[in-house]
Amino acid sequence: MRTRDLIEETYFALSINKVRSVLTILGIVIGIASVIALIAIGQGAQNSIESNIESIGSNLILIMPGFPRGVGTQVSTGRGGAQTLTQADAEAIEQQASLIKAVAPENSQRYQITYRGSNTNTQVVGTIPAYSTVRNVQVQTGSFITEAQVRSAAKVAVLGPTTKEDLFGTDTSPLGQTIKINRIEFKVIGVTQSKGGSGFSNQDDMIFVPLTTVQRFLAGDNHLTSISLEVKDQQSMAVAQEQVTGLLLQRHNISNVLEADFNVLNQSDIVATASSVTNTFTILLASIAGISLLVGGIGIMNMMLTTVTERTREIGLRKAIGGKGREISLQFLAESIMLTFLGGIFGIIIGWILALGVGKFASIATKISLLSIVLAFCVSAAIGVIFGYYPARRAAKLNPIEALRYE
Amino acid sequence: MIECQNITKVYKNKATELEVLKGVSFKIADGEFVAIMGPSGSGKSTLMHLLGALDTATSGSYFLDGEEIAALSDDELAEVRKKKIGFVFQSFNLLPRATVLRNVSLPLVYTEVSKNQREQTARQALKLVGLEESHFHHLSNQLSGGQMQRVAIARALVNNPRMILADEPTGNLDTKTGEVVLHTFAELSRQGRTIILITHEAEVARHAQRIIHIRDGQITLDERIK
Repeated sequence: MRTRDLIEETYFALSINKVRSVLTILGIVIGIASVIALIAIGQGAQNSIESNIESIGSNLILIMPGFPRGVGTQVSTGRGGAQTLTQADAEAIEQQASLIKAVAPENSQRYQITYRGSNTNTQVVGTIPAYSTVRNVQVQTGSFITEAQVRSAAKVAVLGPTTKEDLFGTDTSPLGQTIKINRIEFKVIGVTQSKGGSGFSNQDDMIFVPLTTVQRFLAGDNHLTSISLEVKDQQSMAVAQEQVTGLLLQRHNISNVLEADFNVLNQSDIVATASSVTNTFTILLASIAGISLLVGGIGIMNMMLTTVTERTREIGLRKAIGGKGREISLQFLAESIMLTFLGGIFGIIIGWILALGVGKFASIATKISLLSIVLAFCVSAAIGVIFGYYPARRAAKLNPIEALRYE
Repeated sequence: MIECQNITKVYKNKATELEVLKGVSFKIADGEFVAIMGPSGSGKSTLMHLLGALDTATSGSYFLDGEEIAALSDDELAEVRKKKIGFVFQSFNLLPRATVLRNVSLPLVYTEVSKNQREQTARQALKLVGLEESHFHHLSNQLSGGQMQRVAIARALVNNPRMILADEPTGNLDTKTGEVVLHTFAELSRQGRTIILITHEAEVARHAQRIIHIRDGQITLDERIK
């Protein structure tokens, strides 16, 4: 039997029962489409979270006071958090740690901000000019904090775009205006560029002021809530992390790493943690979709078994006119594979459209990966083989005499 | 061309043994038109299955074209059926919702013959059985019984087999269309094809050149009538 004839016979057999074929395919279509769409959503979430974390800065190491608190530490080490990091620590790192390119100490805390009628409660970050390079903050209008302003503890503020909008609306230029942070007047000197604020902390809802100003007028002491470090290059991250940890342990007179009163976080650790979370999420979604695929496969098997029974006499005839068992089973296997194959193609198309639709209308980032398409295709073909095998075997094993007599 | 020597066939159930053929021997030469006649339960259907290489005998030997069939595997039997035997059944066994041409060329699907050639061969076979060309693209279930059986005969011819085995080919037809079908067989026989007709009706068997009477698994009479 030629392959072309096999395909033609298969097409003919399936087209006789069009409605039934379409309904059977539907199970596979839904299964594949949901696998594609849900993986796309999971992958999209992962990508957007990763790029969010990367937008914090490149080759970044964060030092937090107190004990590890996972990814959310930034938020929870405000008032009441351990006050173990000092400006002297930051200076020591800058002078002694050779692998560190830049150091940005910060003292941040939430305050009530007012401008005329409007007010907001947001994170006020007291820091130095190096912060803009270390944490990848770019200024859209005006300028960032300067060395001179830090030295003189000037009451100037740089607003994040969201904060600017909250206080001034979209039209008014805030430059030169005076806002009140904790009832102390600050002059606005700049607005930063948006980083696409979403994820675990909004990078756009912040106010930057000179570190010395915070220490003198707002916090009233010299402790730091975190130190951001930029490492020279990607390869030195681990070594730099060890170097900084060693230096701080020595400075704080602690011999055991486990008792450290600070916490050194590597940016890639944060990415890895976030990735593992989204990965689990993606796997969860995909396995739910996988179940519907399995159900679709069972539907295929059900239809093929019915077909074999219905066409018993035809099978008998085919055997009588010289069809071998292998050729008969190949024919039925080809039918189920063609069903799942078509289901796979339509499933991929619909899944793709679904993913694009979700991306567009629900504004959830989606990313269709080639891998998931190839995988879906292979899985649907495999389902055809697995669930078509048993019915095909049954057809091949029929005794031609009995099959011809079957009523 | 066909030689049966002392063929027996025993069907074994769990408890019972049923001896359907009890030592049948005969020869059929090339080009003969033979009717195998017997009442139901006489073993003629079993004999047809053996002659048609659908089954193998319990003992004895069956030579088709000098080839011993009993020793063959299922796949080899299928090969023999494909090359040497054409079947015509009482209930036609056409593929419904398939055109006449598709039905007739079906046996050629299992060969390496190209599609064009398949259709040509099918057309020739259909002309041999006298079906009008206007019916070639009709679906098989739109035809009358006589037309269906002639399509089935054309299907049996399309492989150019050494013999045609017809199992009660007129059983589902009225007398008049039955006559037409039997004349088709007679015509094919005149062209030199070997035809074996299995029937329980003397009226039908009368059309053959030779009648082998079978009863209770044994040949009771082997007569030449033409």
